[in-house]
Amino acid sequence: MIRALEVLAPGPLALVQDLGRPGHAHLGVPPSGALDAPALRLANRLVGNPEGAAGIEALLGGLEVRAGASCTVAVTGPPVPVAVDGRPVGSHMPVHLAAGRTLTVGRPETGLRSYLAVSGGVDVEPEMGSRSRDVLSEIGPPPLEPGAVLPLGPPHGIPVGADTATAPRCPAELAVPVLLGPRADWFDDAAQQLSAPWTVTSESNRVGLRLGGPALRRTSAREGDELPSEGVLTGAIQVPPNGLPVVFLADHPTTGGYPVIGVVLPSALPTLAQARPGTTLRMRPYA
Amino acid sequence: MTTRWLRYGPDAVLIECESLAQMSAVRAAVVSAELPDLAEVVPGARTVLVAARPGSRALDRVRELLEHADLTAGNGGEPREITLDVRYDGADLDLVARTAGVSVDEVVALHTGATYTVAFTGFAPGFGYLTGLPEPLRQSRLDTPRTRVPAGSVAIAGEFTGVYPRSSPGGWRLLGHTDAVLFDSRAQRPALLAPGDRVRFRSLS
Repeated sequence: MIRALEVLAPGPLALVQDLGRPGHAHLGVPPSGALDAPALRLANRLVGNPEGAAGIEALLGGLEVRAGASCTVAVTGPPVPVAVDGRPVGSHMPVHLAAGRTLTVGRPETGLRSYLAVSGGVDVEPEMGSRSRDVLSEIGPPPLEPGAVLPLGPPHGIPVGADTATAPRCPAELAVPVLLGPRADWFDDAAQQLSAPWTVTSESNRVGLRLGGPALRRTSAREGDELPSEGVLTGAIQVPPNGLPVVFLADHPTTGGYPVIGVVLPSALPTLAQARPGTTLRMRPYA
Repeated sequence: MTTRWLRYGPDAVLIECESLAQMSAVRAAVVSAELPDLAEVVPGARTVLVAARPGSRALDRVRELLEHADLTAGNGGEPREITLDVRYDGADLDLVARTAGVSVDEVVALHTGATYTVAFTGFAPGFGYLTGLPEPLRQSRLDTPRTRVPAGSVAIAGEFTGVYPRSSPGGWRLLGHTDAVLFDSRAQRPALLAPGDRVRFRSLS
């Protein structure tokens, strides 16, 4: 028996993700990694893995995998239907998957990304210390296709038995704490302008959330100014010339030439990972 | 010389410098101190972004370090030196020569005659912005960027020269081509060029 997982259907987009490869931004390499990192950590704990083991990040469900060998799996993220050979089992709990059985992850009613952890973890070759797929740089294993076979590592420990966890809600309106700066002074009353309701648009992806709303106005002194390229971090809210902000997520470019008006607190990033197009963001800026 | 500290979220600071040279000195001072708990040190054209592990005191130590560092000297230890072999047959060679008011041979002599420093990276993994470009070669980007620039293209724009690590759209003026592998995420050292490295170009023709 091969310790492997065969992908039968990937759904809209299924990617191998662990906790990413931070520390390489000076070489132009984004951190990448699971966007909803707490969800991946939880899934790994449920199957007895170290929290940073690689699993599958599935966008809007539709993922179907077959076990090559007996293993324990868990699906986390928003509440989502999970089935083994068509028989419903729960999400957010460890599930035994016998060799040859098929696991199906349905479409979540709210939120975007489900996380599948498998005992032993997905054991593809790491690149720069991580197995994560970076969609901007195209580093890491390519998006999963039907027929892809993912090797699994040796199981690490005993799955956490009967433990279950509560699935988080993904509300249609999110309050997002934002620390103003470094370039808030390029904008007229940055705090007030940012406090407008913003809508997550369908152009959003792992690189960033593109927001719709009233264009942010620069101060007259900064009108048309060019900013020499400067470093960018996950959570940075960059404002391109059209005034519509982009909140950078894990696969963001490492430097950029547009001003960053503020930075989303790291604690709020997992909820942004689950923000569907149409979600309203209420920024709560403070200095 | 003074720097300006700009807050960048709860765990990072953007250190704004007066010049590219000062930025390079700040970056070298921070990196060579090998402080623990630094998550990222990302140079830009005039800034160094320093991110600390949440809850650590690393940013305080960076501040203490820079208060006492001599940022006028080119400190930071022995830089790595890299020579790239180039075939100077780029599509914009004639345009560059015309703009500079020199011959194509002189463009090649100018470009190979200088020693460059990797100031910062970005745009793509392994893409270094190299400073030290001779004045006549400091030229604007193309009015219309190309939709596809081949991997290994050696190019110039503004005060920078650089090499495209992989094929991508791009608006820099193309001087030639190198077979060197600029980036390989599976290699022991994935990026050929890192900030602070010295680079020379050598003509193959």
